[in-house]
Amino acid sequence: MLGLNKKDSVLLLVVTLLAICAPFILNPFPTGSAMAQFNAGYPDLMQRFVIFGIFAIGFNILFGLTGYLSFGHAAFLGVGSYSAVWMFKLLSMNIIPAITLSVLVAGVFALLIGYVSLRRSGIYFAILTLAFAQMSFNLAYSVLTPITNGETGLQLALDDPRILDAAPANAGSLPYPSLFGFEMSDTYIMSAGAWQFQFSVGYYVCAIVLLVSFYLAMRLFRSPFGMMLRAIKSNQQRMNYTGLNARPYALAAFVISGMYAGLAGGLMASMDPLAGAERMQWTASGEVVLMTILGGAGTLIGPVLGAGFIKYFENIFSKINDNILHQWFAFMPDGIEDIMVTIVHPFIGKGWHLTLGILFMLVVTFLPGGLVEGGQRIGRLFRRRKTGRNDNADSTDSTKKPAE
Amino acid sequence: MDAIILQILNGLDKGSAYALIALGLTLIFGTLGVVNFAHGALFMIGAFCAVTFSKILHSSYTVIDETKTDFLGNPLKVDMTYVEKWFGNAAGGTILDWAVPLSILFAIPVMIIIGFVMERGLIKHFYTRPHADQILVTFGLAIVLQELIKYFYGANPIPTGAPEMFRGSFDFGALLGFDANTIIYPYWRLVYFVFSAVIIGAVFSFLRFTTFGMVVRAGMADRETVGLLGININKRFTLMFGMAAAVAGLAGVMYAPINSPNYHMGMDFLVLSFVVVVVGGMGSLPGAVLAGFLLGILESFASMNEIKSILPGIDQIIIYLVAIIILLTRPRGLMGRKGVMEE
Repeated sequence: MLGLNKKDSVLLLVVTLLAICAPFILNPFPTGSAMAQFNAGYPDLMQRFVIFGIFAIGFNILFGLTGYLSFGHAAFLGVGSYSAVWMFKLLSMNIIPAITLSVLVAGVFALLIGYVSLRRSGIYFAILTLAFAQMSFNLAYSVLTPITNGETGLQLALDDPRILDAAPANAGSLPYPSLFGFEMSDTYIMSAGAWQFQFSVGYYVCAIVLLVSFYLAMRLFRSPFGMMLRAIKSNQQRMNYTGLNARPYALAAFVISGMYAGLAGGLMASMDPLAGAERMQWTASGEVVLMTILGGAGTLIGPVLGAGFIKYFENIFSKINDNILHQWFAFMPDGIEDIMVTIVHPFIGKGWHLTLGILFMLVVTFLPGGLVEGGQRIGRLFRRRKTGRNDNADSTDSTKKPAE
Repeated sequence: MDAIILQILNGLDKGSAYALIALGLTLIFGTLGVVNFAHGALFMIGAFCAVTFSKILHSSYTVIDETKTDFLGNPLKVDMTYVEKWFGNAAGGTILDWAVPLSILFAIPVMIIIGFVMERGLIKHFYTRPHADQILVTFGLAIVLQELIKYFYGANPIPTGAPEMFRGSFDFGALLGFDANTIIYPYWRLVYFVFSAVIIGAVFSFLRFTTFGMVVRAGMADRETVGLLGININKRFTLMFGMAAAVAGLAGVMYAPINSPNYHMGMDFLVLSFVVVVVGGMGSLPGAVLAGFLLGILESFASMNEIKSILPGIDQIIIYLVAIIILLTRPRGLMGRKGVMEE
């Protein structure tokens, strides 16, 4: 199907189904129940899952395939956001020109930075990209204030020209980004018994973009070009000896992943039309690294899983407070309950980053392949048990397949 | 001329901090071959050692002072610190006043222990892993340390004062024969510079003039051969890690009066210190020190108004710009050696 082999088609289908049904799947608890806070099926969070998923897929094309660790990818996301908001201000509230521009601008930006940074590799490359990103961040805060609006962030204003748009019906309020009449913030709420499901236009637009970028990434992974990128990771020297110049391939991967980041930035601005410099800070770049590694670098689905995982738990963990903990541990004797709450307290609420840091260290140390490798190990465990019962032949299991 | 000297002086304190952190980073990299992203966190922990120590010193109990009365005629309750009780008022007061320099004594063992635990507990397992993995795991560790400090000390900066003697500034220009009031310089920054010069000197002479240092340098040059000579080089490298942690911690302790310690100061310095290491040349100790001071001074020159009016925003990006130019023209950095970190 669509030029994919059977396994990949199944994966794409599964992702498509998950994306379509996300408002149901992420809302397993009835509204009003005690567990309702674990619901993630509201548009804002679902959009973030998808947007960071796209960002991480793009990052993975660079890091997972070529092995170049960029610590400055958030710069492209920020540039994408700024260009999208400028498009909203100047041209039209339609998201198509905005996203197109943000992808293009991020691509050009990535071409410039990549051309310089890719002269070096390893830690030097990481430092160079970090330096470029920090430079963009500092400039966006200081000198480029006319373009970026400094600390306040770039926002829409009532007197923006928007030359393609007709004058809005209600002149007093800011217009919303839209796609040919469908406003991104439109949400249809379906009630089924105690459950409430929200279907937002913005989420489905993001989901379609995610599916397209996932499909493209899949094709890229399986293409000869993708093989070249893997060759860069495994042995660049040998690749040079065979007469191939690695730089153009690495640069192409860098630009593609920069464009993915720009796409994510543009989408982010389309869902909520403002852009701030803090999106370019190096902690933001660090976050996408965390997502990719946590999910599984070099795998197709890993980055998306990682992005969803981090964004979900960031949201949920920061909502848990001491009262909820007391409810959970209520079955224990009083003294132990208090001790348990005191122990868990630093890891929840504002302490979410602590949990994330520990988790990340554990994953890097024990599970370098991320969540995907974890899943494969569990799967292999089950398979071995089954074959063990039939006969002792386990030759097929011992040949480890590379993580895909 | 006086303006130039003023900028050089202004750059010295930040330059000293960069140089000390970069020195520790290079020590770790040169000995263990590990890229330590948690080094900024060690600097921050050092600064919080100063905070903790002065808190411990200031721990007090309440006494009823019979000689004083409040406006209702009742005896006044006074907080009395244990230090003042044990050492008497005058000596105790001096000790409290000198809390920050004294916390060096507290910080050295603490930082060495933290360094030991870090190396034995975590980094040991990453010697054979790729550099990317080392970066990632120490990055995670940096997040954890930062969040722990945030949990225990809160998110706000904690002002920590220098001793009374070194507060305020003095007219440095007059000493050099310039007009009065042209070069005004805070005392503590001078103290910081002298302190870091002493530390740098101590580290270098330790490596140069002691047998231990000689073995370590030999290990940096060729680990395997030193091992074959029957020397347990790993043990010595672990000690060097503790020492690098102590250097970063001391840099943090003394930096506390300049900039009130907050939980993200480590990350702020880390990024720049890495740039410093790379500019100086990966694995070169003199290079790290030189680049630290150089970039600190360049940064302070770029923030002069005369320069900012020609190139707006240059003060924000100068360090990165210099790093990019140096990496592209001299890929090994200012004083990098051949064969270190070259793929």
